Amino acid sequence: MNEITTIRPSTPKDWETDQEVRWCPGCGDYAILKAVQRTMPEIGATPENTVFVSGIGCSSRFPYYMETYGFHTIHGRAPAVATGVKLANPDLDVWIITGDGDALSIGGNHTMHLLRRNLNCQVLLFNNEIYGLTKGQYSPTSREGTRSPSTPFGSVDHPAKPCAFALGAGARFVARGIDVHKNLPSVLKAAHAHQGTAFVEIFQNCIVYNADVFEPFTAKANAAENQLWAEDGKPLLFAGGTKGLALDLDTLTLKVVEVTGGDWQAAGVIVHNVRNRSLAHLLVEMPFGPFPMALGVLYDDPAPTFESAVVAQNRAVSEGKKPDLQKLLSKGQTWTVG
Amino acid sequence: MATATDTLSPAEAQASPSPEAVVVRFAGDSGDGMQLTGGQFTLSTALAGNDLATFPDFPAEIRAPQGTLFGVSAFQINFGSSEIDTAGDAPDVLIAMNPAALKTNVEALKPGGLIIADEGEFNQRNLDKAKYDANPLEDDSLGKWQLLKLNISQLTLDAVKPYGLGNKEALRCKNMWTLGLALWMFDRDRAPLVDWLKAKFAKSPVLADANIAALNAGHAYGETAELGAMGITQRHVVAAPAEPGLYRTVTGADAIALGLVAGAQLASLPMFYGGYPITPASAILHALARLKEFGVTTFQAEDEIAAVASALGASYAGSLGVTCSSGPGIALKTEAIGLAIMTELPLVIVNAQRGGPSTGLPTKTEQSDLYQAVYGRNGDAPVPVIASRSAADCFDCAIEAVRIATQYMTPVMLLTDGYLQNAAEPWKVPDLSSYEPFPVTFHDQAPAEGEKFLPYARDNKLSRPWVKPGTPGLLHRIGGIEKAQGTGNIDYSPRNHQAMTDTRRDKVLGIAVPDQEIALGEEGSDLVVVGWGSTYGPIHQAVRRARARGLSVSQLHIRHIWPLPANLGSLLKGYGKILVPEMNTGQLKTVLRDQYLVDAQPLNKVSGQPFTIAEIEAAIEGAIG
Repeated sequence: MNEITTIRPSTPKDWETDQEVRWCPGCGDYAILKAVQRTMPEIGATPENTVFVSGIGCSSRFPYYMETYGFHTIHGRAPAVATGVKLANPDLDVWIITGDGDALSIGGNHTMHLLRRNLNCQVLLFNNEIYGLTKGQYSPTSREGTRSPSTPFGSVDHPAKPCAFALGAGARFVARGIDVHKNLPSVLKAAHAHQGTAFVEIFQNCIVYNADVFEPFTAKANAAENQLWAEDGKPLLFAGGTKGLALDLDTLTLKVVEVTGGDWQAAGVIVHNVRNRSLAHLLVEMPFGPFPMALGVLYDDPAPTFESAVVAQNRAVSEGKKPDLQKLLSKGQTWTVG
Repeated sequence: MATATDTLSPAEAQASPSPEAVVVRFAGDSGDGMQLTGGQFTLSTALAGNDLATFPDFPAEIRAPQGTLFGVSAFQINFGSSEIDTAGDAPDVLIAMNPAALKTNVEALKPGGLIIADEGEFNQRNLDKAKYDANPLEDDSLGKWQLLKLNISQLTLDAVKPYGLGNKEALRCKNMWTLGLALWMFDRDRAPLVDWLKAKFAKSPVLADANIAALNAGHAYGETAELGAMGITQRHVVAAPAEPGLYRTVTGADAIALGLVAGAQLASLPMFYGGYPITPASAILHALARLKEFGVTTFQAEDEIAAVASALGASYAGSLGVTCSSGPGIALKTEAIGLAIMTELPLVIVNAQRGGPSTGLPTKTEQSDLYQAVYGRNGDAPVPVIASRSAADCFDCAIEAVRIATQYMTPVMLLTDGYLQNAAEPWKVPDLSSYEPFPVTFHDQAPAEGEKFLPYARDNKLSRPWVKPGTPGLLHRIGGIEKAQGTGNIDYSPRNHQAMTDTRRDKVLGIAVPDQEIALGEEGSDLVVVGWGSTYGPIHQAVRRARARGLSVSQLHIRHIWPLPANLGSLLKGYGKILVPEMNTGQLKTVLRDQYLVDAQPLNKVSGQPFTIAEIEAAIEGAIG
């Protein structure tokens, strides 16, 4: 294409492919796809510089539906493939699409190392607490007692907490969203704006094998009481501002406090600071039930990215060296015959 | 290997081995620095113009308990004034630094061969550890060999005394004393070793001086001790005639690394190397990690799977993706290699084979991953396989692997082994301008208005276009699910899977592979010995000797294991008998039988040691003698 094309802002439609979307009717993945397609124009992304890399599972079909470059890889390995992509071409905008089994079970090792290295990319982990594509076995995030074909009497192992795992692995950006929630695009925008690995856990409803498992906080009737949308610089309030999170100085844990008349300061409600790693740990460890579900950007404190460090070192050690292979071949102690 | 240009006379062939060759084995505790000593003796040998081959043989433990039988580390070198292809069947000289080293190595020594033993180490404690009831240096148990017992430990301590080292540090110079004596025995120049020691201990001149003093003392001992009275004389092995040119020594690991860099240059690509530490492949990662100015990015991944997956990701993004490992690691990479086959992206996978199965024998050599390379994946998953036959050959094989991977958009497996990785041999430095470049052209033309880009369109080699993400107008998705012909869209339909499976097979079978050459001999002899990989040396020498004795035997050595050369079948069928020596239980033999319905007979060895020439000669005799 040599002719000059007028650059016009893209629309969500520009990010759709000609492929028929094949998730179950009512699957939360549809809403996430829409949210991503809506977000792309707003962040000024260009399709040719965008690469979606996925593993295996229902969520990992995602790249086929995005009009970008896409690589549907193998189970659990998307972070490793993405690392190669990004190191080979740091200019590409890389999104990793994964699920709870893909990222935390078979691919847990790669997820950990991606996060500690801090490759500049976005990780969208669709957490539905179940293996959907293999027909309903319990997953590493399933709650204890989950009955599934492989655990007919209920699962007995303790679930992994994706955001706590991410923080523990050294993540510099941790956020949560809900598939159908209107705030999802703003979470995705923040993730994209972050330089480094941006880890986003998206609660995604599997309508067939684990329907409504997140109802206690996603259902309309429960939302206000049980969703806490954290915003940087603002008090951690929920239930329409009538409750908040404060620090229990005796136990160094969070506690729910009542806020009367909007006076959150008097109630000791903490102001959210996305650069406060200790607070992030407290928020992701909060047990749901006695506490609300913390959502939005929980932690965002950028650090140098892996690929920039690799590129900088490659450049620094190559400086002033002439890559003369013939000379390299003749290096060391040599002798001449004839 | 094979730098010498002369050939064996019938008289020489009768002798065993050829008279102008000497085999020396250095054996000691793994902490005694035997590999270093052997390496430096090798360099000195190369500088003296001898042809040579080496065999480092060391324990898997980094520092096995001192003095034990399993902690013995040995380094064997065969050098001479005619062509040398193997590290030698049996040593003429054994240098044993302690009782355990003597015990584990002495049986290999030729009758009448020379033992040089450090009697300072033959104390009760060490004798017990080596499970000797009596001191073998004191009884007549070593009667069939010549024995030179020296208190090398004490002689070293005396030599380095002026430098004020502690006892432990002073004794570390023992290997240099021994090397000094060996240099005297073979009339070698000490100057390059002195230079090397100065460079090695540049930060600690006192250590440099002590080691140089030990080296000189060992050499002086040879000159002044009147060893001649004991029948030990200085031997000068004249330089081997070799093709004119510039030479150096090279190990297989270094030659692979250099060949990969050369291949990437010939393909005009940056290289991305994803690796995970594993013996004996790590040396390739170490070598490449230092070559960043050649457009090489190295990435030590979290595991073998991430190593190959990142390499594939880099290939997808437009680099030459490379990964190396050994059998167990290759097993872990297998699923990702399948993805490379499905997505038809270039990828070079080097397998430095070692003894298996499972962890097996990490530091010992074997060639038992041929089935794994050719067949070892789920689904019908063809991969081209190349095997290098010597350290120097690794360079050309690496270039060939890059050529095939990039020209045919396919993963390629390159097989070496533990022996080739570590063994050093003289190498005539190749002239890079003599290699034909094969630059990659990325597809970057967007389709005309109304037309769609077809990521799985085929050229005349059945190869698909390589498009770098970032290219406008060519957006597409790939993945591990079966692809529709042309569009690359997901397609499970019966007809499509049949067609795509056939295409993947035909693409690999259609790779232009040079015709099989006869390494030695001619068509139609009574016997042909067919080998692959590092068995080239012993097979070549054994066939030469047998031919010199008038036997009708030829040698074929197969580099392209898959696809096999087009003429191989008819060539094989012309021979009376087919013998296939392999360091496995008969893997190439099975492939040849399967492909050509020929009566290939196996000769197998899986002891962790390379074949000796004698073993193969005996099998030739057995077949047609």
